[in-house]
Amino acid sequence: MQWFNVILQGVLIGGLYAMFAAGLSLIFGVMRLVNIAHGDLIVLAAYISLMVVQSLDVDPLTSLVFVVPAMAAIGYLLQRGLLNRTLGDDLLPPLLVTFGLSIIIQNGLLELFTADSRRLQAGPIEVETFQLAPGVWIGALPLIQFAVAVAVIAGLQGLFYRTALGRAFRATSDDQPVAQLMGLDTRHVFAMAMALSLAVIAIAGVFLAVRTNFDPAIGPARLIFGFEAVIIGGLGSMWGTLAGGIILGVAQAVGAQVDPGWQLLAGHLVFLAILAVRPQGLFPKVSG
Amino acid sequence: MPDEALLDVKAIDAFYGDFQALFSVSISVRTGQVVAVIGANGAGKSTLLKSIAGLMHPHSGEILFDGKPTAGLPAFDMLGRGVALVPEGRRLFPSLTVEENLLIGGQMRRPGPWTLARVYELFPALAERRNLPAPALSGGQQQMAAIGRALMANPRLLLCDEISLGLAPVVVRDIYTQLPRIVAEGLSLIIVEQDIVQALRAANHVYCLQEGRVALHGPAGGLTRETISAAYFGA
Amino acid sequence: MSRVEHATRSSRVGIVVIAVAVAGLALAPFWGDRQTLRLLAEMFTFVALASLWNLLAGYAGLVSVGQQAFVGFGGYLLFALAILWDVHPIAAVFIAGPIGALLAVPVAALIFRLRGAYFAIGTWVVAEVFRLLASQISVLGGGSGISLPASVVIAMAPTRQMREFETYWLALALTIAIFSAIIALLRSRHGLALTAIRDNELTAQSNGIDVARIKLIVYVLTAFGTSMIGALIFLQKLRISPDTAFSVNDWTAFVIFITVIGGIGRVEGPVIGTIVFFVLRQMLADLGSLYLLMMGAVAIIVMLWAPKGLWGLMAERFGWQALPLQRHLVLGKETGGKS
Repeated sequence: MQWFNVILQGVLIGGLYAMFAAGLSLIFGVMRLVNIAHGDLIVLAAYISLMVVQSLDVDPLTSLVFVVPAMAAIGYLLQRGLLNRTLGDDLLPPLLVTFGLSIIIQNGLLELFTADSRRLQAGPIEVETFQLAPGVWIGALPLIQFAVAVAVIAGLQGLFYRTALGRAFRATSDDQPVAQLMGLDTRHVFAMAMALSLAVIAIAGVFLAVRTNFDPAIGPARLIFGFEAVIIGGLGSMWGTLAGGIILGVAQAVGAQVDPGWQLLAGHLVFLAILAVRPQGLFPKVSG
Repeated sequence: MPDEALLDVKAIDAFYGDFQALFSVSISVRTGQVVAVIGANGAGKSTLLKSIAGLMHPHSGEILFDGKPTAGLPAFDMLGRGVALVPEGRRLFPSLTVEENLLIGGQMRRPGPWTLARVYELFPALAERRNLPAPALSGGQQQMAAIGRALMANPRLLLCDEISLGLAPVVVRDIYTQLPRIVAEGLSLIIVEQDIVQALRAANHVYCLQEGRVALHGPAGGLTRETISAAYFGA
Repeated sequence: MSRVEHATRSSRVGIVVIAVAVAGLALAPFWGDRQTLRLLAEMFTFVALASLWNLLAGYAGLVSVGQQAFVGFGGYLLFALAILWDVHPIAAVFIAGPIGALLAVPVAALIFRLRGAYFAIGTWVVAEVFRLLASQISVLGGGSGISLPASVVIAMAPTRQMREFETYWLALALTIAIFSAIIALLRSRHGLALTAIRDNELTAQSNGIDVARIKLIVYVLTAFGTSMIGALIFLQKLRISPDTAFSVNDWTAFVIFITVIGGIGRVEGPVIGTIVFFVLRQMLADLGSLYLLMMGAVAIIVMLWAPKGLWGLMAERFGWQALPLQRHLVLGKETGGKS
């Protein structure tokens, strides 16, 4: 039973990892950009939530009302103002510019908030648990987070395949010049994709802030978790990303149970194993 | 029919890097006209269309659409003004279904007669395959879809870049029989073709390009095979 | 007879300048104080690290944000060899190279399955794995690290001054060796292939260049050099811990900054970049994290508006070349039918 609980915890945190991953793979799918600052943006969202919570005296979940639009706006401006300039055939500029961005965000947050560890309080819901079966307890908050993660991924799927914006994303990703011929302003399409990615990051960031202690330096690890979830699950598939996140979460949970120092290592080793044995991921989408 | 030109291209030069593809090329299209641009491979026909559609920008010269200068405007702007290109090689979006490809064409919501229903009426083969991914279609069907996609933007000027390329003659004939219906709705056409016979049959006016220059132009009926060959090959 | 020449007029001047500079630096223990020697040695190691990163990213197109894996590996190997197996520390520096290269082979087998930016993050994951594994090794201090025991330190040289001279000269010699090896590689046939890959990978491939094999070779050679430098760095520091050994900031962020500012894809770039970096560091040292923030901003600005870096700007503007690396064809006089 103890192992069942461990795995359950792993599954639930896998939802959070899947959200980290969803924003990353969305951007890669639409414009072949990998945002090295992705993890730091998650942390930025957590700090924005902190500011909102402190100044308006609301709870973290309510702060989403402000954080999500704020991050989306930041994403739009960031893409339109800076990152659109890096797109092209050369691989170095987007990589190095987003790496520079990562350093800027980390150190900017360090200057503004110091290296102190923070945590957001969600209130009584944090300690609510209920019993699924004899000996199996599940926390209300992790369950809600998982449900939201699934909803976000379902929402992204729906958006991509059933809306005009999703069509615009897919068309631009397929063939940028022809998309322009069809009247799509690709600068705007890319900026909308980044705005959407940052909106997802906002939700993930607030959930992270409630769940664990955060400080300016934890961004890169979140990037790595998101990246590992994408690779394990398989490029191009949102639901695969969810599966990847869950597998990563479970691997870490099992590793932590064996020895607390092994938590992160277990996740990395599972990732490397998948890379060795099935590099296309477990559920890759056949392109086309 | 108004006599001033819908499209007036005046002495444009176009370059790919250091390579000059067009030398002082001028063409004009009146409303309701079908203009054919013929010429050998590399003569500059596609370059001309790309320059009109906004995918390339001429280094000198002017392009006037509906009396307004448009040289240098981006492609998505040109679509908004009513210029749609059916690109060489079809270039449908492979991740999208047939219907989604058509819908993308229409996402600018320009007013006009062309709707999804009308396009399906024009090309029934597309209606039967509306939910298939675009790559699943045959060459001829893809060409129909590419034309339909451009029509969905309700353009006033339709640019067709080598729509016969890689298609069987009977399929090409099929597509060309629909062109008069398109023109009847008030569209003007520029068709770039290597298939001279089809081009001459469909067009009112013909331009022949040779190594980036206009070697010959005139009403389609008034040109003999000899004058065309001479202009085409530069003999 | 026609032949390919590498030198230009400016590169001939460059060679002389460099020779004089190297001679001066070799004599530094006699004109410089302890602080200066430490600073110079630190600069040498960064020139070496940046040159290696430049080879990987600027020529082979492999952008790694995980080279700290080999820096840390070299450091830990040195400590392990010296502490656990009584190997002389300087010998350990040279052993670190081939062992690091051997390690690079299975690592490459894994991460070469990733492309582009995903490859970059993959290198980061590998570095993280190394860091986590290092914290598990209790005989080398586990998570808090370990200092080099006095017995090992004494084994290097009887006095502290002699030890510092030794490590200084070792740093200089190693940096020159690595730099020269890179130049030799670039002047060779393989170097021509690398320049082709740098300019256009797809075309290089279609011209028969075995791109995959060359990338692997470059990755392994880079690991060789990086591991040795890593061993040297921690020999100088006399102390190692997982966080310092595998620090992204120290061994990747600074290195990338140096290479970008100096000029990616040009051999002279890392030298210029290192000088600029250290000047900035002296000027802005008091600013703490603001300094890093500015560094990031400068890197972005340079990447977007001067992507060839400082040396690239100068090279394009004035046609300068400090080192004979160009290839131009010198047409010889035609001789008659007989030679």
